[in-house]
Amino acid sequence: MSDHNSSSEHISSIGSSVAIWLALLVGTALTVGAAYVDLGPFNVVVALAIASIKATLVVLFFMHVKYTHEKLTKMVIATAIFFFLILLVLSMADYGTRLWT
Amino acid sequence: MHNSSVATANIEAHDNPALLHHFATAEQQKDAANLGMWLFLVTEVMFFGGMFCAYLVYRYKYFGDFGSASQQLSIKLGAINTGVLICSSLTVVLAVRAAQLGKRTVLVFWLLATIVLGLVFLGIKADEYAEKFEKHHVPGPSFHYHELLPGQAGLPSTDRRYANPSHAEMYFSLYFAMTGMHALHMIIGVGLFSFLTYFAWRGKYSPDYYTPIENAGLYWHFVDIVWIYLFPLLYLIDRHR
Repeated sequence: MSDHNSSSEHISSIGSSVAIWLALLVGTALTVGAAYVDLGPFNVVVALAIASIKATLVVLFFMHVKYTHEKLTKMVIATAIFFFLILLVLSMADYGTRLWT
Repeated sequence: MHNSSVATANIEAHDNPALLHHFATAEQQKDAANLGMWLFLVTEVMFFGGMFCAYLVYRYKYFGDFGSASQQLSIKLGAINTGVLICSSLTVVLAVRAAQLGKRTVLVFWLLATIVLGLVFLGIKADEYAEKFEKHHVPGPSFHYHELLPGQAGLPSTDRRYANPSHAEMYFSLYFAMTGMHALHMIIGVGLFSFLTYFAWRGKYSPDYYTPIENAGLYWHFVDIVWIYLFPLLYLIDRHR
């Protein structure tokens, strides 16, 4: 029984989980620090980039997607991101260009 | 999803009381449950996505006013809450690990730790909301807003420009909608983990069956990710000015 399960599931080690946890806390400190630096229009870009890196760490390691043998899960996640980006990009392509003459 | 002989399936069916009759193996049953959870999370992405999209459109349109309203929030409380949620994600990971290893008391401990951290988050959030009510920053008939635009504090008092209250009200509408829906998800999460703690204490979960722990963990991590985006978007606009 345990042989059967060990092929399919990943038991995360305490060490790697704590490392990801620390990286997430450092990312939070970085994003707060970066907010006080004047980067012009890139403040938003940096904030969203750090947030996306943190989200990726959570999905890959805490949600075990890096270790899953199930390709369907990865496809479902890629689909979600794709449609979410369609929502944002097409909406902003409309609203962002309305003031153009 | 996976090839397995009938013999294996029969052995598992006898061994594992959690295996339902319409699944060939426990692994197939677990894969199906996980995939279902991920599909639910996809709908959640689109649910929160609508609000994120509305936020981006209005932030683009009312940038200065959104910056002014954003600076009414406490970065300290927001950052602490981000840390609390990240810690709760770690306790969830450790809870899933304890379930996989079949350590019942360790599992109960980490589930309780997650509930406590979730309640700490909600407590801090409630404190922030209370401050908004005191300052009349809650959208509605009693809304009142008279604050400078970002970067205006250093100017002579006659030159200072103030934020448009209607645009600030839109910011706070989006703030309450987004953090409110997030907080509702947290409350649901705390409820879920309370049930899990009870069943874990009763010894329902084992290395052969811990799908509810894993799926509730996926939900909790997702709610954490939503906050990871909400924090910089709502709290950290134009802070350098």
